Amino acid sequence: MFELLAQAEAHGGVLGPLAFHLVVFLLAIFLGLEVIAKVPAQLHTPLMSGSNAISGISIVGALLIAGGDYGALSYVLGFLAMVFATINVIGGFLVTDRMLAMFKRK
Amino acid sequence: MIDRFTLPGLLAQTMTSAPILALENGPVASDTRVFLIKVFYAIAAMFFVFGLKMLSSPKTARFGNRVAAVGMLLAVVITLLNQGIVGYGTILAGFVVGAAIGLWAAKTVPMTGMPEMVALFNGSGGLASGVVAMAEFWRQSPLSNLNLDVRISIGVSILIGMITFTGSVIAFLKLSGRWIPVPWKGKVEKKDREGNVKRDESGNAVMEWAVYIKMGNPLNFPMQHALNLVLLIAAVLLGVWIASGPATAPMILLILVAGLLGVLLTIPIGGADMPVIVSLLNSYSGLAACAAGFVLHNSGLIIAGSLVGASGLILTRIMCKAMNRSLVNVLAGGFGQDIQTAGATTSADKPVRQMDAEEAAMMLDAAQRVFIVPGYGMAVAQAQHAVAEMADLLIKKGIDVRFGVHPVAGRMPGHMNVLLAEANVPYEQLADLELNSEMDQCDVALVIGANDVVNPDARKPDSAIAGMPIFDVDKARSVMVCKRSLNPGFAGIENPLFFNENTVMLFGDAKKMVSGIVSALKEL
Repeated sequence: MFELLAQAEAHGGVLGPLAFHLVVFLLAIFLGLEVIAKVPAQLHTPLMSGSNAISGISIVGALLIAGGDYGALSYVLGFLAMVFATINVIGGFLVTDRMLAMFKRK
Repeated sequence: MIDRFTLPGLLAQTMTSAPILALENGPVASDTRVFLIKVFYAIAAMFFVFGLKMLSSPKTARFGNRVAAVGMLLAVVITLLNQGIVGYGTILAGFVVGAAIGLWAAKTVPMTGMPEMVALFNGSGGLASGVVAMAEFWRQSPLSNLNLDVRISIGVSILIGMITFTGSVIAFLKLSGRWIPVPWKGKVEKKDREGNVKRDESGNAVMEWAVYIKMGNPLNFPMQHALNLVLLIAAVLLGVWIASGPATAPMILLILVAGLLGVLLTIPIGGADMPVIVSLLNSYSGLAACAAGFVLHNSGLIIAGSLVGASGLILTRIMCKAMNRSLVNVLAGGFGQDIQTAGATTSADKPVRQMDAEEAAMMLDAAQRVFIVPGYGMAVAQAQHAVAEMADLLIKKGIDVRFGVHPVAGRMPGHMNVLLAEANVPYEQLADLELNSEMDQCDVALVIGANDVVNPDARKPDSAIAGMPIFDVDKARSVMVCKRSLNPGFAGIENPLFFNENTVMLFGDAKKMVSGIVSALKEL
């Protein structure tokens, strides 16, 4: 038993990266469904554009590619990924803020 | 030597090595640094969770959006500390270009253009995720030193990312009502109104495309679903090809097939079904980021992407429910096509009552309770400010005014709410379908540019929109419908409401008509 665990540990932990990330993925989906379950109609658009801005998290991947030194093709793709991810992040958060600024009580 | 072709071998291989880009396994990273980076990604993810939680409540929504933005800033800063990053030139260049475009778009888009703007941002996110996976593919190519799970993730990431991208571009074209040329029908000589061929300076005839398609309409062709299925299977097979013996050819094919699939999945969707497809694409963009997270072994991307995927799914479900249709039914598309003519022939000889703006103003002035039901027509006519002014005038006269906002009114979830908020209508005046419980005490139900969401035929089991929850405006004492013509709405079915005895039609552009009512109300 302990030998098996030790072996697994040597191979990257009891949970390998894939298994670990699958667990993270399922938990996060579940968490998302629970957290946002009841959203009033007037917030449908801001929720959509705000969460859309969060999907710009792929900017992290874009940074790693654009910032690394992996050859010409990587620079081109890294630049493109940076441009599109930044549009998504900056545009998404700003437009959501602009919309929500209009949602006020009298 | 690990045997790659047995399951235990695959698992062992999966567990032993990781892609070089993976933050958690940087080649020379110190343990403390790796630990801190992981902790800060977790904190950023928590910001996203709290941000989304706050975004779903009116009082905290604006703060929630900012919390999420801070989470994003944190994720970016902590990534810059990663030692894989050696140069900042490309990063800075990409950031400046992207930020300029994003800033300009977010500041200048009118509220009526919000659906297509959201679609474009969505597409950018999907494309970014896809490009990240592509870059990882070519950086690592040949991929034989990469784990199977990463190779599969690269395929999945490119598939979802490209579908999101091209699907969103088509959604953008549809939402902005653009006309696009049909190249395979060829070009014809351009003629002016008198039928003379237009010529340029050297005397050659000016050519133009023979056929244009209005993008708002659903576009169907024979064997559409079969073709989509074939493409999907092809994409899966290409993914398997990439995973087994990675090469550039299947990768380029996959990019093309996925892009085509995104186009084909979106073109059959008609205008009023757009809220569903926009929410679904929103969900996809999250899943694309999630898949990119599997490629890079980065839990921050996986968590953030999953949250977005979940929120998109929730909205998609709400939209489908509001139309009493299944997601499959919406995705099959083609709903409400070819019926414009049928509707026109049957409604031609039935009598309708009409009113002008002054008469309407007098009727509204005499009412005690007025319910306003806006629809896409209000957005097209940009009538929201006039409508809000009218509501304000009526409220000052002591009339109880409320807005009935259907969940699928407009072209994206919450479209009407955004427009009315822009026109300073406080959200206490906005009501959902719960307004129906008070409909019998309503003196005037004023329908502005809405059609299917007030069609009483939805209560009949054999109707095309059977079971769709509607506003029961026909149960109000009187109904006013502001509309340009008697043409059927998106569902393509005739609306018997227009011919009811207690219904009057206010024919004309919503903005002009409502402005007319406003000036008449001021004179009363």
